Amino acid sequence: MSRHSPDFHPALRAIHWLMATMVVAMLFIGVGMVSTAGPLYPVLLALHRPIGIAILMLVLIRVLLRRATGAPPLPADLPPIQSAIAKGSHVLLYASMIAMPLIGWGMLSAGGYPIRIADGFVLPAILPHDLKLYAVLRMIHTIVALLFFTLILAHLAAALMHGLIRRDGVLRSMTVGHPRRRTSPISTDLRQTTSSGTSSI
Amino acid sequence: MISAIVLLFVGGFAWAAGWIGERRISGGDVIAAIEYNGGSHPGYRRAHSKGLCFSGTFDSNGAGATLSSAEVLQRGSIPVIGRFSLAGGNPLATDGRNVFHSMALLLRTRDGQEWRMALDHTPIFPVADVASFVALQRATRPDPATGKPDPAVMKRFLAAHPEVKAFQEYMAKAVLPDSFANATYYSINAFRFTNAAKDAQLVRWQFVPEAPLAGLDKAHLDTLPRDALFKEMIARTARGPSRWRLQLVVANPGDVTDKATVAWAGPHRTIDAGTLVLSAVEPEETGACRDLNFDPTILPSGIGLSDDPLLAARSKTYASSFTRRAGENPGPSAAAGLAQENAR
Repeated sequence: MSRHSPDFHPALRAIHWLMATMVVAMLFIGVGMVSTAGPLYPVLLALHRPIGIAILMLVLIRVLLRRATGAPPLPADLPPIQSAIAKGSHVLLYASMIAMPLIGWGMLSAGGYPIRIADGFVLPAILPHDLKLYAVLRMIHTIVALLFFTLILAHLAAALMHGLIRRDGVLRSMTVGHPRRRTSPISTDLRQTTSSGTSSI
Repeated sequence: MISAIVLLFVGGFAWAAGWIGERRISGGDVIAAIEYNGGSHPGYRRAHSKGLCFSGTFDSNGAGATLSSAEVLQRGSIPVIGRFSLAGGNPLATDGRNVFHSMALLLRTRDGQEWRMALDHTPIFPVADVASFVALQRATRPDPATGKPDPAVMKRFLAAHPEVKAFQEYMAKAVLPDSFANATYYSINAFRFTNAAKDAQLVRWQFVPEAPLAGLDKAHLDTLPRDALFKEMIARTARGPSRWRLQLVVANPGDVTDKATVAWAGPHRTIDAGTLVLSAVEPEETGACRDLNFDPTILPSGIGLSDDPLLAARSKTYASSFTRRAGENPGPSAAAGLAQENAR
């Protein structure tokens, strides 16, 4: 769905930055905890599961929010190939955010582990106890994590490219938003008028 | 500018992953040390590979609730999955070795919470942390020529790790149980128990057998049939169940709670929390224990980790071992044939 405003909905912007922090933290926690048999291991593991489940819940809310509020159109002068890459990479980013916690949850289920999220709170298994399945999911969890991190870096580089080099308002649409036109006295009306009138911004 | 920011993330990620920066000991490093010592046995647990599954119940008398709010310590009875094992990475090794006799347990309450344990028949562990454990595995590697560790290497190791002496002395003089059923199994590490009033205590525990302790002849261990202990346990269980009392031992002020190498001496407040009843044994092929990781840091609400760094090391190493064998085909267990033999 295309959005009339040149900016993402403020709620979507808030959830984007909240999740960005959580997802990057999770990737660092994840590679950190598998790297050590030291005292940090159980500490990181205890963070990894609740944050993972929180990301899963947030991304589900975010998908609904994104569908309800839409995205501002991409700059009209963006080459079609870049536009297609932008759209495809966002589908993959969403897919990764949904898949990673589910793979983790499924992997623990297949490993016969209790899926302990917090003190006294255990989630049910979503897959049967099966070591072969566990081994495959455990490997996929790592591979998708590394691809996800690469994708995030590409996303970051592209966002900075839009913000620092092209200066086309794409980065702004997910951060502070576009300034409202000073001529209008009623800002809410104005925003709709502006955006519908100049959807190419 | 943009590439600098991206590189910063890549660098941070590489540091978090341990690819750059200070060298750290991973689960894989511990397994490499274990395999350096005892060889590679794919398809099995990297340590305590020779095992036998069992099942039964834990009947809690409710007395443990004074120490912990854990559901499992409230009055009631829950099913138990367990595993007996002998130390070492060789799944077909002989039972005639002066090594850890171990019992692993999984206690699951109706709310889905689990208490997993990996207990040994010694109250203490040879080393206190993961670096020392790796060094121990390397130093005690049997020389192919003599079957014993290289004395020069061993001497250097012991000089650097005087804490190992307590364990060596214990193993030299302690009775080596002649059955899995008559051994006392200890938690090794201390754990933090928190009761409903939020009072926290550091606790070690032990399962004390009903069967009277009798020892193997340590001077003639080499004459023991390869699977003697496993055979004995299968035959004993065919005659009737075995029982242990769970004793929770509360740390005194001044007790060392972050080093599994140090025993708690003298009288201690001890709470009898209930009875473990073992009613059936099964080989790993058909039992429920093989595909489980008895990670002692999997704990219910009301029981938490202490500051003992060995707990993290055990957890990570068990997880690495579990993940590796999950990707391999499980090999036959020593007890597979024994169970059939006994059934005839």
